[in-house]
Amino acid sequence: MLRKIFIAIAIVVGAAQPLLADNAVDPKADFKAFRDYFTKRFPKVPLDDFVNGPYSMDADLRKQWKAIDEFPPYEFAVEKGKEMFATPFKNGKTYGDCFQNKGIGIRQNYPYFDAKSGQVITLDLALNQCREANGEKPFDYTKDEMAALTAYMAFTSRGKRFDIKISNDPRALAAYKNGGEYFYTRRGQLNFSCASCHVQSPGNHIRTEVLAPALGIVAALPIYRSEWGGMGTTSRRFTSCNSQVRGVPLKPEDEAYRNVEYFLSYMSNGLPISGPGARP
Amino acid sequence: MRTRALIRMAIILSLAAPATEALAANADDFQAALAKAEAANKQAGAIKNQWTTTAGTLKAAQAAAAAGKFDDAVKLANDAEALANASIAQAKEQETAWTQAVVR
Repeated sequence: MLRKIFIAIAIVVGAAQPLLADNAVDPKADFKAFRDYFTKRFPKVPLDDFVNGPYSMDADLRKQWKAIDEFPPYEFAVEKGKEMFATPFKNGKTYGDCFQNKGIGIRQNYPYFDAKSGQVITLDLALNQCREANGEKPFDYTKDEMAALTAYMAFTSRGKRFDIKISNDPRALAAYKNGGEYFYTRRGQLNFSCASCHVQSPGNHIRTEVLAPALGIVAALPIYRSEWGGMGTTSRRFTSCNSQVRGVPLKPEDEAYRNVEYFLSYMSNGLPISGPGARP
Repeated sequence: MRTRALIRMAIILSLAAPATEALAANADDFQAALAKAEAANKQAGAIKNQWTTTAGTLKAAQAAAAAGKFDDAVKLANDAEALANASIAQAKEQETAWTQAVVR
């Protein structure tokens, strides 16, 4: 009888093992699998070129981009952001006072998990926190001033490689896992996930657009998008993706979006910042 | 003979008239359908999985009701409820299904 009980326990434990493995959070293993997937699928694309999104997938589109980039459409945003960055708040302090290295060349370290507040801090969130700490009203998270500030900060970080850290803090691991879950979850009436387009179909056309690979996709943000007729931030990118699949977007910089950015940025570790970018 | 046929027709028409009235929706029917659709959409909102088409269909239902077209309004409200329920079902299904798409 006792033997039967032991056998039954062994069977139950054995059956539960793969499930536990699935639930375990292992960012390093995820990173390797993600990187391998894209490099094997697109062996002719140099690793650093993935940050150029659709241009790394389509030669004709790349030619157009090279021509456009002679007079970059995001240039005005960079200039505006630079001016804003140097202009003191009413209390005399500046954005630089809120950041390491006075905010220059630090884009590659965002987002990070803040142990004190227990949440993912994106560059955009940090900028508004900086404003509020200095008695200023926060900016809209999707475009205009926020896009200009992040464009300038990305510009000063060009070529620096993503260095996103996920500590063993269970809350950081949970944020990372939730970001991945959101990324792979189908939503909207069209039943698409982020991964449907950017993992399963990069390089393919959706209407007239060439889909960008998820690897390195955050490196070019913020972007000037012809479809928008202006600049847009990471939040704008996420909300427009949700709308395109007929899902009601979350609020810009919602915790879920910040977790997605955390997940995608970690997956892009080692790739160079290329933002601000220009996209069709 | 002719009188009998007329009486028969009158009886048929008198029976048919209330049936036709019963098929036509009114404002109360619309409010009941709208309440069900809005409740389902609220539930979808609580799990952060509303569809834009649900909101659009609810808006169209309210516009139809405002124009006094209650048959159309009830139909649209029912459609909105079905869309909201589908979005809830999608979220529930994806609670576990998302793992199948993970790059490994």
